[in-house]
Amino acid sequence: MAEHIIDSIFLFLPEITLTLTLVAAVLADLVLKERNRMVAWVVFAGLLVTGVFVLRQCGLNESIFSDMIAVDPFSVFFKGLLTIAGLFIVLFSVVSKELEQNGRRIGEYYMLLTGVLLGMFLMAGATNVLMMYLAFELTSISSYVLSGFTKNLRKSAEASMKYIIYGSVSSGFLLYGLTLLIGITGSTDIYGIRDALQSSVGHDAVLYLSVMMILVGFSYKITVLPFHFWAPDVYEGAPTPITTFLATASKIAGFALLMRFFRISFVDGGITDFAGYEGIIAVIPWNIIVAILATLTMVGANLMALWQDNIKRLLAYSSISHAGFILMGLVLLNDEGMAAMMVYLAIYLVMNMGAFFIAMIISDRLHTERISDYQGLGRSSPFLGVSMAIFLVALAGFPPTAGFIAKIFIFGAVIHAGWIWLVVVAGFSTVISLFYYIRVVKNMFLSEPPDSMKPIETSRGVMAVVIMLLIPVFVFGIWFSPLLSWARDAVVLFGL
Amino acid sequence: MEFNILGIGVLTWLVFLPVLGMLLVLLIPGNNKNAIRWTALGITALQLVLAVIVTCLFDRSAAGVNDPQSFQFIEQFRWIAVESVPWIGKIEILYFLGIDGLSILMVLLTAIISVIGVISSWNIEKMVKGYFVLYLLLVTGMMGVFVALDFFLFFIFWEVMLLPMYFLIGIWGGPRREYAAIKFFIYTFFGGVLMLLVMLGLYFSVAYTNEAGEMVHTFNLLHMMNSANFVEGSIFYGLDTTWRYIAWVALFVSFAIKVPLFPFHTWLPDAHVEAPTPISVILAGVLLKLGTYGMLRILYPILPDGTVYFMYLMAFLGMISIIYGALCAMAQDDFKKLIAYSSISHMGIVMLGMASLTNQGTVGAVLQMFNHGTITAMLFLTVGVLYDRTHKRGLYDFGGIANQMPKYTGIAMVALFASLGLPGLSGFVSEFFSFLGAFDAFRWITIISVIGIVLTAAYVLWTIQRVFLGEGKEEHNSLADLTGRELVMFVPLLLIVIFLGVYPGPAIELMNTSISTLVEFVGLAGK
Repeated sequence: MAEHIIDSIFLFLPEITLTLTLVAAVLADLVLKERNRMVAWVVFAGLLVTGVFVLRQCGLNESIFSDMIAVDPFSVFFKGLLTIAGLFIVLFSVVSKELEQNGRRIGEYYMLLTGVLLGMFLMAGATNVLMMYLAFELTSISSYVLSGFTKNLRKSAEASMKYIIYGSVSSGFLLYGLTLLIGITGSTDIYGIRDALQSSVGHDAVLYLSVMMILVGFSYKITVLPFHFWAPDVYEGAPTPITTFLATASKIAGFALLMRFFRISFVDGGITDFAGYEGIIAVIPWNIIVAILATLTMVGANLMALWQDNIKRLLAYSSISHAGFILMGLVLLNDEGMAAMMVYLAIYLVMNMGAFFIAMIISDRLHTERISDYQGLGRSSPFLGVSMAIFLVALAGFPPTAGFIAKIFIFGAVIHAGWIWLVVVAGFSTVISLFYYIRVVKNMFLSEPPDSMKPIETSRGVMAVVIMLLIPVFVFGIWFSPLLSWARDAVVLFGL
Repeated sequence: MEFNILGIGVLTWLVFLPVLGMLLVLLIPGNNKNAIRWTALGITALQLVLAVIVTCLFDRSAAGVNDPQSFQFIEQFRWIAVESVPWIGKIEILYFLGIDGLSILMVLLTAIISVIGVISSWNIEKMVKGYFVLYLLLVTGMMGVFVALDFFLFFIFWEVMLLPMYFLIGIWGGPRREYAAIKFFIYTFFGGVLMLLVMLGLYFSVAYTNEAGEMVHTFNLLHMMNSANFVEGSIFYGLDTTWRYIAWVALFVSFAIKVPLFPFHTWLPDAHVEAPTPISVILAGVLLKLGTYGMLRILYPILPDGTVYFMYLMAFLGMISIIYGALCAMAQDDFKKLIAYSSISHMGIVMLGMASLTNQGTVGAVLQMFNHGTITAMLFLTVGVLYDRTHKRGLYDFGGIANQMPKYTGIAMVALFASLGLPGLSGFVSEFFSFLGAFDAFRWITIISVIGIVLTAAYVLWTIQRVFLGEGKEEHNSLADLTGRELVMFVPLLLIVIFLGVYPGPAIELMNTSISTLVEFVGLAGK
């Protein structure tokens, strides 16, 4: 037993590093001078070390702390993505004027950020229902505080409040659903749940109720219609780095948890001989429900985005619609769908971050988040304008950007599995989405800049961050075999 | 046939030379407008030289179409290869370029029109750098589509064209440019999504066995043309199945939007009227041909059963386009809109000729694609010249131009008469062949379509009368005739139009072998 724990600790190094980073952030905030900047760099360094430890876990496939957490290629893939997200968010926060002007206790900010990241790491690996719930809550509660961090701003406080209320409801649903599931199956780890469902447990109403509630709980987190209501308001109100964090990392972690949980607990491998197809254990056809949710999300969010004039709200709806596209992969019940989801999430991370980052720079300098104020921006500040156009076009899924690759793999997987109606809906939603992405581009380039508009000065640092995000958008658009191989190799879940 | 420069195949040069030019233009400071223009001109001229060399080296007896051996200037290497895992086979995407008789004329056309577009862009003063960057990117996309033999690659080039076109219309266009640009964009993007879905469906349906004995799914168009490669049980397996018909319709719509065929044509008049002259030239000269070329390259050989099944639909839509386009053209009082509608009418002839699935009809159609490209480019340039001088385009705003601008009128007359189908000019030959082929296949549809020719004669002659003949207007008394630069852009097109009108042989020889192979293949596979 002791040996197992010691082994487990060595496999838990990324998370331990994160915890130490968290402590270091608090200490640095107390001790160091000029602490706003320094704390950020301390956290940045901590995340880099974490990244190294994550990389060293490549290829492992173990379960640690008595089946509490899995260290498998799947979790390593997601931890890698989350680390990248964390690194960029720290950079964003350093640049952000909003935080500089309104946030007084910046040390706490970075501490909380690290805390959220720790929660997300645990979400990516958790294989025990209790652990899952704890990780979920660790992430959520820190996020509530972060989204209200610039509390002097009314909209930020409002965002935080809304987030808390909606978040608690979703946690309630999730907790209730999980409790019922534990009650029925008598097991708290997902392997036990699967075994119980496969053998002895009858498929009665309580089981359906529990699956539905869990689905609803997750749907809040990954902003799936009709459980998305909190997202636009929170995204609009929260400081932009945190909005970006919620729209990317939070969603990625949510998907990681959702994928692992449903894949292991409710999917039965080897029911038919047809390669790649797997059946459902629980009699309720939850994958059809997920397909309907995905449809609603894609169509609904894209339609709602058409009317937005606030760039952050627009990107919020855009990120909701992307959740719909990603969710299609889960419907298929096969590894191909999962791999496509992972490719999509990785690409979604960079392009969405790029769009949010430039929106943040613009709103810092021009003090506006309205798209109608973007007129002529592409001409007065070409670098930002062109980069924003590229990120938006990538989000719309144009070749030769990475966004196209993301779309083509998820569409391909859906077609391969025979869900033609779903992919047709997705195709039409893509066409709808073009309207609002292109509206931003139109305002930036097709309108004359007003006389009062001055070029936005971009520092070297800002340009460097933008370029770092542009590179993967192009490289993965043209040469995507490594990304595909990673995702394919990463669809290895412990216990399957 | 192979032709390498610096170890890189000539087709790659043809496609990516403009990208190189784009990077050069980006390096030039924005206020050095002439340097930017000359760079763009130099690059497109170089591209034209390569295209001419390729045409000269082209082996006319090699068929191509579905046979990889007889494609010419082939470049093929694995672009994306992902090793197989148990739950799905290998992923393979090729960088596969090659030309045959179907594409050679289009490659030449693209190169010619690109140079002429640059020359006619000389007087664009607004954001010159951005303009030429986008222009060159557009040229790469067009050229890429005509030489790609991998569906994935084809699709990427196809979509790459959209954004530059959107900006070129949207930034440099006329008063309603934003509306026109977004309309063009949405229409074509919609078509692109349909194509994407069919492409993915085909990808999962088609697999070939490689040297190692593995089943490999592929985007290779030539593999898709072989019905033996369709995996049993896959969505597009078999012949004359509902799914194949659905795929055919989806692909057809995505190409028909580009052509544009009635009822998908409504974006075209708007785009043409608002686009600056050089972009109208590109749009009419090359972009519209992408639709019909796509049908011949992809739709016909990959889904031959659908092609035969829907033959009458194609002919019928072609007929409607001919008549409807001509009638609309007659009703216009804007010169540019008139030409836009006449384009719809003339592309209808291409469709009708292709739909016949006969040798003459298809040869006529492809020749008509080339001829329409050169003639319509001339017509748009004609309008551009008048517009530059007077800032007017209304047909009733002019009169007696022949007195003021004799050289200009001479050239414009040739273009207009070629458009009308006067024997001795290139338009006649191709229209004649198209109708000849079509008459074999569908008598009544062709007979009705020919009425379109009469209507064309009516609106062309009426235009000549209104604009060039009659009393001159006083404010136009001092119009200058063509400048040297303008002559440079008109004369090559003029020579082509006259040469191909008198002696179309060389152009027909270039494509004849490929087209008879294609027609035979579709006929055999589809019936």
